[in-house]
Amino acid sequence: MSRVLVGVKRVIDYAVKIRVKPDQSGVVTDGVKHSMNPFCEIAVEEAVKLKEKKFIKEVVAVSCGPSQVTETIRTALAMGCDRGIHVEVSGKDYEAMGPLQISKIFAALAKKEEASLVILGKQAIDDDCNQTGQMTAALLDWPQGTFASEVTIDGETVKVVREIDGGLETIKISMPAVLTADLRLNTPRYATLPNIMKAKKKKIANMKPADLGVDMVSRVEVLRVDEPPTRLAGVKVETVDDLVAKLKANGTI
Amino acid sequence: MLIHTMFPASRYSIQAQRCIRALKTVKADHAPPQLYTWRWKCSSAVTPRITSHYTICPRDKDPRWEGVEMERFADEADVVIVGGGPAGLSAAIRLKQLANEQEKDLRVCLVEKASQIGAHTLSGACLEPSALNELFSDWKERGAPLNTPVTEDVFSLLTKKYRIPVPMLPGLPMNNHGNYIVRLGHFVRWLGEQAEELGVEIYPGYAAAEVLFHEDGSVKGIATNDVGIAKDGSPKDVFERGMELHAKVTLFGEGCHGHLAKQLYRQFNLRENCEPQTYAIGLKEVWLIDEKKWRPGRVEHSVGWPLNRNTYGGSFLYHLNEGEPLVALGFVVGLDYTNPYLSPFREFQRWKHHPFIAKTLEGGNRIAYGARALNEGGYQCLPKVTFPGGMLIGCSPGFMNVPKIKGTHTAMKSGMLAAEAIFPKVTAKDLASETAGLHVPEYEDNLKKSWIWKELYSVRNIRPSFHNYFGLYGGMVYTGVFYWILRGKEPWTLKHAGLDSAQLRPAKECTAIEYPKPDGKLSFDLLSSVALSGTNHEGDQPPHLTLKDDSVPVANNLAIYDGPEQRFCPAGVYEYVPLETGEGMRLQINAQNCVHCKTCDIKDPSQNINWVVPEGSGGPAYNGM
Repeated sequence: MSRVLVGVKRVIDYAVKIRVKPDQSGVVTDGVKHSMNPFCEIAVEEAVKLKEKKFIKEVVAVSCGPSQVTETIRTALAMGCDRGIHVEVSGKDYEAMGPLQISKIFAALAKKEEASLVILGKQAIDDDCNQTGQMTAALLDWPQGTFASEVTIDGETVKVVREIDGGLETIKISMPAVLTADLRLNTPRYATLPNIMKAKKKKIANMKPADLGVDMVSRVEVLRVDEPPTRLAGVKVETVDDLVAKLKANGTI
Repeated sequence: MLIHTMFPASRYSIQAQRCIRALKTVKADHAPPQLYTWRWKCSSAVTPRITSHYTICPRDKDPRWEGVEMERFADEADVVIVGGGPAGLSAAIRLKQLANEQEKDLRVCLVEKASQIGAHTLSGACLEPSALNELFSDWKERGAPLNTPVTEDVFSLLTKKYRIPVPMLPGLPMNNHGNYIVRLGHFVRWLGEQAEELGVEIYPGYAAAEVLFHEDGSVKGIATNDVGIAKDGSPKDVFERGMELHAKVTLFGEGCHGHLAKQLYRQFNLRENCEPQTYAIGLKEVWLIDEKKWRPGRVEHSVGWPLNRNTYGGSFLYHLNEGEPLVALGFVVGLDYTNPYLSPFREFQRWKHHPFIAKTLEGGNRIAYGARALNEGGYQCLPKVTFPGGMLIGCSPGFMNVPKIKGTHTAMKSGMLAAEAIFPKVTAKDLASETAGLHVPEYEDNLKKSWIWKELYSVRNIRPSFHNYFGLYGGMVYTGVFYWILRGKEPWTLKHAGLDSAQLRPAKECTAIEYPKPDGKLSFDLLSSVALSGTNHEGDQPPHLTLKDDSVPVANNLAIYDGPEQRFCPAGVYEYVPLETGEGMRLQINAQNCVHCKTCDIKDPSQNINWVVPEGSGGPAYNGM
């Protein structure tokens, strides 16, 4: 019956200190430790869990980018995905790639692969956009269950508990649908060595955005990237009078 | 019941006891788990529990592990290599080169604890290309990142304000003519790519946690780390056993003071005829400096200030030539120092303020930080390197040429020699071996006939010559007279001072050192430095800095030596904090900060700390260090 598409993004590891390139066009990525976006790990875990519970037959991991993203796809395969798709994007196209282009690619793939679900992480930790899932659903005209903290499949519908500002919201949407994973959806399993070795035998198909009829032209131009301003040191004062005097001198009051 | 064990009745009045009991009930939900004593043998009744790792608290009697599947998946290879550094990768490459030349099939698997090859590599470094030329005569065409030939070599003796230049005569060990300044992490990454092209199976992110043995006692292979164990030692839902990799021969290239090597020394008695290894800690930073101050190819070394004449150590500052005005600089302190108040990190930070150094760094930006222990023992400390089923390569046994300040070329050569000795034996149709794991003593014979041995023999007396009343000056005189003239041909062999951990004098006999506060421009505080190393570990796992006895740090290290681990750890892992209940201190281990330098395992005066490998892919994220 069903096939699920899972998107995985290769991002700079969250513990690494980012450095802005001297020409301020972006951040230094060469040689920097990268790993799978944490929310994508949660998405993969959910897809694999659904397969283990026999709601779906096949999980396909998809990533867009240069050759290095195949490592990320391999990790997804080691976690339990059946096969992978590597959409090759490199150079200037890769630097300009954003949610609009990705969602177009995913929409095209979802139709091509006849997927019943597209599961993505809610956002990537490098751009923090939180747009790809929503755009993909719109392009496909599919319902969307975003910020999912619980997913239950019931026949042809999906019950999604969403994390929202006010608390939790439970919705029922019909398949095919797009889901985006939030932090508390599950705890991703480790990609253990025997599974990495087995994953080397799983297939990763290669294709280009043009093969899917997607144009990668960006509507956004990055003008400049800056480091956040250095935080000024705080000042300790001894008495309330001192505090008032300092605030007055500051122009705050 | 637990409360009574911590506060025996005789020490407190009834009211006080009621107070404490009430406080405990109120704080019960918020108190960290360490406060509750656990009836294990691994902590005394009064000390909060620190260590929960299974190497100290075994799982077979632990009720939380009952019924957990402990079976491991196993796979066979011809050769398994532990460690993806220069030695391990050179051995793997050489094995595959031989296999391809002779059209034989050979499965070589390499496991590395870092998330990517090169991420845990840290070195100065000035590379002598001798071993590389032997491994790949066409390394230039292959794109090896040796972009900075050494153009200037400067040696200084620093005093607090001034600098005395020391002539770099040809023939002195640290003369760098013909060498290259490299970012070793990038070089190792390149070696990894070459190895993969040749067909080596490389598995970064998987640490070798256990040595496996055949029934006859020979080495069978290794097992990778288990994953999914919670901080208190219990299994999580995602728990999975590591994997076993069996091999005919296992090469251990863990680098300086490897944790598996430590076990192997004991198991096979490999150190019975050599002196205990001595070490130093090297701290390093990479700076983007003002272009006007940039002199690509310039190598600067210094000794003297801020260390006193009896503390071995010195600095390096190399100008790289890779497009950006980068300098790699660092400070090395011998771990045989005697004053427990010495902080290698703070010596490093204060050294940068010396006018000769500060003038290069002013206006620049620090972009990387890291630290690693290195070998100082040389020839006198070389153990037996082969045993049934395996062998030791690289900085693990320790082939570093200390006065030359280079160990990469000898590490690579040792890996290549190991490969050349193993190859005929693993591919032989008839595995003529007395033991199930292959014993290849030819490796040790080949080492002794190679230039590694000659080199290490000739410089064997330089480091021990520092152990005299005049310390540094005595050592420099010795080097100038005996090495420069005699090239190590003198008939005597000086001894080192013994175990580094035994060198500390009690705190009351020493004076505390007043270090200047970091200014945030040239010198920095410890925590911001650790953040730059990109180090991280999964938080919910047992601390991998295990203590054989949880009560020893406060009872011994703090009481007698004022807790030297707070100062020698370059990552702020060890902190003595007041007990939440008021009286006394406890040791807090911030395992997530660890940069895998191994200094604590080496320098702990109680030798109570046993560094074991954390879950794979944890640790620093160095980029070209």
